[in-house]
Amino acid sequence: MPEVRYVKAIADALAEEMARDERVIVLGEDVGAPGGTFGATRGLYQQFGKERVRDTPISETAIVGAAIGAAVAGLRPVVEVMFMDFIATCWDQVVNQMAKMRYMFGGQVRLPLVVRTHTGAGLNAGPQHSGSLEAWAVHVPGLKVVMPATPADAKGLLKAAIRDDNPVLVLENKTLYAMKGEVPAGEHVTPLGRAEVRRGGSDVTIVALSRMVGEALRAAETVAAEGISAEVIDPRTLAPLDRDTILASVAKTGRLVVAHEAWAPCGVGAEIIALAAEHRGAPRVPRGASEGGGVWGAMSGPPTLMVRRVTPPHTPVPFSPPMEKLWLPDAARIAAAVREVMG
Amino acid sequence: MREPTRDQALRIYRTMHLIRRFEERVAECFAAAEIPGFIHLAVGQESVPATVCALLERDDLVGATHRGHGQVLAKGAEPRRVMAELFGRATGYCRGKGGSMHLCAMDLGVLGTNGVVGANLPIAVGTALAAQVRATRQVTVGFFGDGAANTGAAHEALNLAAVWDLPVVFVCENNLYAEFTPQAVHTKGTSIAARAAAYGMRGVQVDGNDVPALFDAAAEAVDAARSGAGPTLLEAMTYRWRGHHEGDPMAYRAKDELEAWRAKDAIPRFRAWLVERGMLAADEDERLVGAVAAEVDDATEFARRSPWPAPEAALEDVHA
Ligand SMILES: Cc1ncc(C[n+]2csc(CCOP(=O)(O)OP(=O)(O)O)c2C)c(N)n1
Ligand SMILES: [Mg+2]
Repeated sequence: MPEVRYVKAIADALAEEMARDERVIVLGEDVGAPGGTFGATRGLYQQFGKERVRDTPISETAIVGAAIGAAVAGLRPVVEVMFMDFIATCWDQVVNQMAKMRYMFGGQVRLPLVVRTHTGAGLNAGPQHSGSLEAWAVHVPGLKVVMPATPADAKGLLKAAIRDDNPVLVLENKTLYAMKGEVPAGEHVTPLGRAEVRRGGSDVTIVALSRMVGEALRAAETVAAEGISAEVIDPRTLAPLDRDTILASVAKTGRLVVAHEAWAPCGVGAEIIALAAEHRGAPRVPRGASEGGGVWGAMSGPPTLMVRRVTPPHTPVPFSPPMEKLWLPDAARIAAAVREVMG
Repeated sequence: MREPTRDQALRIYRTMHLIRRFEERVAECFAAAEIPGFIHLAVGQESVPATVCALLERDDLVGATHRGHGQVLAKGAEPRRVMAELFGRATGYCRGKGGSMHLCAMDLGVLGTNGVVGANLPIAVGTALAAQVRATRQVTVGFFGDGAANTGAAHEALNLAAVWDLPVVFVCENNLYAEFTPQAVHTKGTSIAARAAAYGMRGVQVDGNDVPALFDAAAEAVDAARSGAGPTLLEAMTYRWRGHHEGDPMAYRAKDELEAWRAKDAIPRFRAWLVERGMLAADEDERLVGAVAAEVDDATEFARRSPWPAPEAALEDVHA
């Protein structure tokens, strides 16, 4: 399989989808002639022209709103918001318009649109350029949310997002843009809503998001040398979450560590732990839709459950390197949490 | 035409040199990996903050941008503590929490540089509101760029300031680019100041590299704000000589465009003006430039010698 950088995998996905479907257009600040601040739209302007690849003013509300309107009217826009922190400036368009529109209009509209942005600390970019705000989006009904952790998923999830008839937030990670990894040649679409078991194990389940997937794999390696078998799950899609894969693993291990760069309170990790707790000791026999449906009741949970969250402290991301280093979770902290749940 | 006094003129001239020297040093330290993170330099644009801030009192306020080192220095911040902040050291104004894009000196009226384009303008409106309510006669200057002019935040801030007649001066440093995107691609028309009419405030476009012309326009705007006559939108046409951020290869602009703007450098132009009026003798100029260089050297050494913050300091100052 060819090795491709994460950022190139994104540009490839966009180029392939634009070639495949002329309704796909790209909008954002510096995404056109300059090819994007991190290079994720490089070459598109030259290949598809300025009608379909548009440099915009610094007007996030107008850009996202225009994408919503264009989607309603038959296009399949892909918007870039330069850093996820800035999505706060257009949050009304995301939450009150994009997410609710189909529902409140009684299903009359489809919103096939994608908002790409990136999260993540680690570049000393400071408090307003380092946020991981995925929990905001996951909280809102009507949005799908993906967080690719590898070049293959950066490509495959973006292609699936563009083909989906719903608004999808694609949350890349700025520190992964330079990462190289194998990407299957030819058509490569990663279905939304399916987690990936990155490493099999039997003692403890680690669910990690985005850049923390790599840290979790390193932690699993470390604890393996101590005789602990850790299973590492990358949900890839946070909404809708692949509950089956996570619950099946926790049913086996009875120990769950979650790791992400977002803050702990009301984070995706808290949601995953709540899900596992709801299933603790659940009976093996399905109890029917009245009990909640889905996987609820369909699978036995573990009799006991030990959990830990590995997250940054509940502070903004500090600029200075020694402080940011303390702030950012890493493999060592994940390994420590694994040892704790092992007791 | 309002002319700067000799004191004001020399202060402006010195501040321009200070910003130029400081920014060039930051570029060197960034290239040498002494300064982490993202850095946006204002080389070429020094005249705008130097001139506008020369008109401000100590308790006046400045809302700065991501390209704000010069704005902060012009308001009187100590180069040592600015440089130390850029280095991420405990002795920096924000103790290493903020860095280049979050550089604040509240006791000098510096409301902070800002990493979110346009976001400083509503806040500038707020400090102007406080000044109006408390009848302090303080003026707030809100700096912004040609790119920032297209944010919703800028539009809302300008309208609110106008309708409440707030003591604020909106200073647009129009350097013709928003990141890598030229103004013609992000804005129809070439005058941001012309928008002022629609907001119901004074609007003036000036050559930002012409210090006396800029001084005249800024003095009128500051006086108007201070005397209760409301806000002004002052657009200073200028140009950045370096990349949008350090490391930007500047593929999007022609070399002769840069050369043409270098020829319009405000520093020698204003030096000629000073010399013509007998305000600056050759030996004085030499002394001033030497003193500025020494100050920047001192600031750099101070930053280098300064301790790193304790990692645990990351946990402080979330709440009062
Ligand atoms: C809300 C928001 N959108 C996008 C950005 C990314 N960004 C940083 S600087 C910049 C360009 C700003 O242009 P301008 O206002 O003209 O200021 P200049 O950089 O030219 O000084 C952009 C788009 C941001 N920081 N905040
Ligand atoms: Mg600009």
